Amino acid sequence: MSDVRGGAAAPTTRPRAASPGLRRVLALGGVQVRHEVRTYFRAGDTVFFTFLFPVVMLAIFSTAFSASGPYGVRPDGSEVDAAAYYLPGMIAAGVLLSGVQGLGVEIAVERSDGTLKRLAGTPLPVASWFLGKLGQVVTTSLLQVALLLVVAAVLFRVPLPTDASSWATLGWVWLLGLAGSALLGIALSRLPRTGRSATAVIVPIALVLQFVSGVYLPFAQLPTWLQQVASAFPLKWLAQGMRSVFLPESSAAAEVGGSWDLAGVALWLAVWLVAGAVAARLTFRWGRRDA
Amino acid sequence: MTSQPVVRVRDLTKAYGRTTTLHGVSFDVARGETLALLGPNGAGKSTTVEILEGHRDRTGGEATVLGVDPRVGGLDWKARLGIVLQTSAEQGTSTVREQVAHVAALYPRPRDVDEVVAAVGLEAQARTRVRALSGGQRRRVDVALGIVGDPELLFLDEPTTGFDPEARRSFWGLIRSLREAGTSILLTTHYLDEAAQLSDRVAVVIGGRVVAEGRPDELGSAESRTPRVRWTDAAGRHDERTADPGGLVARLHGAGSELRDLEVVRPSLEDVYLDLVAEAAAS
Repeated sequence: MSDVRGGAAAPTTRPRAASPGLRRVLALGGVQVRHEVRTYFRAGDTVFFTFLFPVVMLAIFSTAFSASGPYGVRPDGSEVDAAAYYLPGMIAAGVLLSGVQGLGVEIAVERSDGTLKRLAGTPLPVASWFLGKLGQVVTTSLLQVALLLVVAAVLFRVPLPTDASSWATLGWVWLLGLAGSALLGIALSRLPRTGRSATAVIVPIALVLQFVSGVYLPFAQLPTWLQQVASAFPLKWLAQGMRSVFLPESSAAAEVGGSWDLAGVALWLAVWLVAGAVAARLTFRWGRRDA
Repeated sequence: MTSQPVVRVRDLTKAYGRTTTLHGVSFDVARGETLALLGPNGAGKSTTVEILEGHRDRTGGEATVLGVDPRVGGLDWKARLGIVLQTSAEQGTSTVREQVAHVAALYPRPRDVDEVVAAVGLEAQARTRVRALSGGQRRRVDVALGIVGDPELLFLDEPTTGFDPEARRSFWGLIRSLREAGTSILLTTHYLDEAAQLSDRVAVVIGGRVVAEGRPDELGSAESRTPRVRWTDAAGRHDERTADPGGLVARLHGAGSELRDLEVVRPSLEDVYLDLVAEAAAS
């Protein structure tokens, strides 16, 4: 080990503004993804409140409202029951929880307990750290969506889409929404002043959005002004995009404006993705420098 | 210029709003040397070290670490440093080995993970989650993470706070082996025995200034290192400094007075240090 230490002849390194090589950024991003995913599943509280929460809510709503409805009629004449109706909302809520709530709380805690400060002292590129967080969210959200689909299909007999275009829509709405949600979570992690207050600051934001965006309450039943407010936030569009995947075409009539408006979904999710990326990049600090 | 110091600090100042915590700190750490920054809590030791690590900005003065200004130190520079912060980090859901292996992977030329785990004496706990360890064992994990990148310069910020005496002894052994391998070390501590045991030189920081600097056995003024004779007689307790303690004791004995609690003390680093603290408080 002593052979790498230079003696007096060791050349002085001048600070280099050059960014680390892309290969190194990606390789260390991979290292971070592994570490982040492992850490995620070992923290019991996040696994419950972020990962399993939408599954639990789907089970409760599907059971509680099993006698009500129907929430729509499919072309083959079968009725859309509570489980089928709430599935898209819970997938959308899970995407929001994974990014905004999961990352927002997790990073605030890591900033406060010194985890980020320690990483700041290592040669880990910031870009690799971002990749690690995004990779964690993509991995855990994929598993969560899969779990929701299995629970819905097996326990509640919800028919899943059979055409490729529905699955493709699910794919892009999920990816666009998740990337935006993750970047917003990274930006929001700057809000709590301490790790202890992180849950108290961030959970209500996610909770209010879920109530006004058509996850728990049918969106069309909200007063117009509240619909307009909710339409400024991404979850409303995410939930709408997910409904277009799982509900029959006839249900589009119940949407505000009478259609799924996938162009609007793409546009608004893209706007929030860009806003999240800019906010995350501008506000990110390893620590509270000089606090 | 034969060998550049690995750390060079000149007139370093730091102010937070109207409060100034560093009033012009200057010192060097030579290559291969261990320098201890010694001082009471709140003296500015950690602020100094965090400026050098790149965690804080300075208000004024100059600082060079491995030839680089820490304000602009990039990833190549960080790869040559090892940092043990004052507080242990993380929720500790990883095992010791996982944690060390993760940090090792971030460095271009890391040391062998199992070797490092063994070096800090945690082989038996390698598969234990960090949160299940004792405070002293966690601190060893911190040190393992600080050295696994095979640093040229190691920062140790109060590494043994909360250790029991035995753990401190074995920790000292670990630090000595790093020294012998050529690692330069900047240590902050408020334990005088630790500074005396581990460092080539000591800089005493009080109130944001370096008030004394030198080898542990040379620290302080000649007067403060003069032996002291203490005794109690009918007139009360006496405490005298003298270069000839034997002579004084002989005279006292010859005078026939009844002496109680007679001691001859060669001032330890602690005495010298406490004198310095008292002087700083008085001025």
